[in-house]
Amino acid sequence: MIARIRPGTVLGTMAMLAVTAAVLLPLAIIVLTAFKPVSEVNAFPPTLLPQDWTLDNLTRIVDELPFARLVLNSFLFAGGVTVFALVFDSLAAYALARIDFTGRRTLLIAIIATLMIPFQATLVPVYQLVSDLGWVNTFAGLIAPRAADAFGIFFLRQFFLALPRDLDNAARIDGASEFRILRSIVLPNAIPALLTLAIFTFVNNWNDLLWPLIFTTEREMGTITSGLTLLTGPGGIVPYGVMMAGALVAILPLVIAFLLVQRRFIESIATTGLK
Amino acid sequence: MAPGAGRGGPGRSGRRNATALAFLGPALIVLTVFVAWPMLSALRTSFTDASGFGEAEWVGFDNYVEVFTDPDLLNAVLNTLWYTVLFTPTAVIAALALALVLNSPALPFRGLFRTALFLPFVVSLAVAAYAWTYLIDPQVGLLNHWLGGVGLQLGNVLEDPQLAMPAVALVAVWKNFGFYLVIFLAGLQDIPGTLYEAAKVDGAGPWRRFTNVTLPLLSNTMAFVVVFAMIAALQAFDQIYVMTGGGPYGNTQTIVMEIYESGFRRLELGFASALSYVLLVATLLLSIVQFVFFGRREKDAQ
Repeated sequence: MIARIRPGTVLGTMAMLAVTAAVLLPLAIIVLTAFKPVSEVNAFPPTLLPQDWTLDNLTRIVDELPFARLVLNSFLFAGGVTVFALVFDSLAAYALARIDFTGRRTLLIAIIATLMIPFQATLVPVYQLVSDLGWVNTFAGLIAPRAADAFGIFFLRQFFLALPRDLDNAARIDGASEFRILRSIVLPNAIPALLTLAIFTFVNNWNDLLWPLIFTTEREMGTITSGLTLLTGPGGIVPYGVMMAGALVAILPLVIAFLLVQRRFIESIATTGLK
Repeated sequence: MAPGAGRGGPGRSGRRNATALAFLGPALIVLTVFVAWPMLSALRTSFTDASGFGEAEWVGFDNYVEVFTDPDLLNAVLNTLWYTVLFTPTAVIAALALALVLNSPALPFRGLFRTALFLPFVVSLAVAAYAWTYLIDPQVGLLNHWLGGVGLQLGNVLEDPQLAMPAVALVAVWKNFGFYLVIFLAGLQDIPGTLYEAAKVDGAGPWRRFTNVTLPLLSNTMAFVVVFAMIAALQAFDQIYVMTGGGPYGNTQTIVMEIYESGFRRLELGFASALSYVLLVATLLLSIVQFVFFGRREKDAQ
């Protein structure tokens, strides 16, 4: 075995190790700084590892922010968008993939066209609309505008099209309704795609800064991502230790969820629909 | 086409249309109310001096004229272009280079490397921006300290008019390259190994195999990634809001930062809507131009 290892491979492996270490550095700094006492956080010369581990930063962040509330808001906002988008997108995607209705092609093109509209471009009118509905600082305002999205519809349609039609044709002959076919045949076979879309949607919304920044003006309605920006003091003085403790809590749920499903998630992102 | 399509009487197709409408209804309502209608409404607002208070007056193309003549706003448009130029090639080349290394069967722990490099993509850009701010802090930043140790004195990067923009662009590269890498990796795995063997037999070295086999066969994937990266670049906001707030002296003020400030701080809705349309048209043009360009290259390669 050892004789087969070529110098190029060793060099490549070492280069990859160096790149990976550099890429993981900001994440390491979040974890390690979160447990550092203030004196070490602001020490010169700076060090990577804490000398004395402490929970001070984590307890301080609870005093500075309605922390549990912000985390809960993040879960409700990202989770709410994910549930609605998955249901509405699968229904629409099923119609586009399996039901031969008048104007299907035109509608598909229209949906693909809305894919190209960045949400930032419609922020002002969407905010006016949400505000007219009295939905600022509510979960309805945060969730409703994202309860369906063109990307999810397109992504699921591609996946549904690739599923064999033998089973649903047989069920159709047996008199099953379209909804029943979707629920008991198509969806169970589309779990990898649904899981990928769910994680994608959840992650994007959990991590989004601009959306909660605009649709929530009360501190108690913010998400963990937008809430952290409140920690930046006037004049831009950031208490780094507390900030990293907050950052740790903000990224931990996603990092854990990702690590649990990473192989399937990465592979289906790379191979389904996105190419 | 579903089997039986086009057959059956008008009653059957009517029933199919009704079923389809029931399935499409919820999504179409959301997309119409919160995407399509706001688009049209923003177009109308962009020709007015709407401010959220009182009657909005029709001002014609004034807002658009202002977007392209106001020095601050021209600055935001140019900054966004500069950011796109910094971000896109860096992210795409880094992703492609690492994908090529990761695609080599001789490399050990490939799955582990892939997972680690993808990890930043699931982390919030805004949150990561705080870690980066700390790392490059001129006094207590670890990265600044290390770089200083090898003779690279960067000083206060985020207050430096030359360095602030490359810094915020690099943070976005860090966040996104793993996503592009995974897509490149899938593209690379679709290239049949026999093509490389044939090229080898013809005496092509590694570089020629890369330019004559890998690149042409990857052009589809490349088009997707480049367009995706440029569109992401046009929307730059999160890390800039956190790290520089558009400064120093407006040097990192991008289009979306300007939309946020004019639309939600200064309440110049007409102006913000005009700027939104600039962003929208730029995004659409990019998509179209890139797809046409890469489509042609792909045809040439075949």
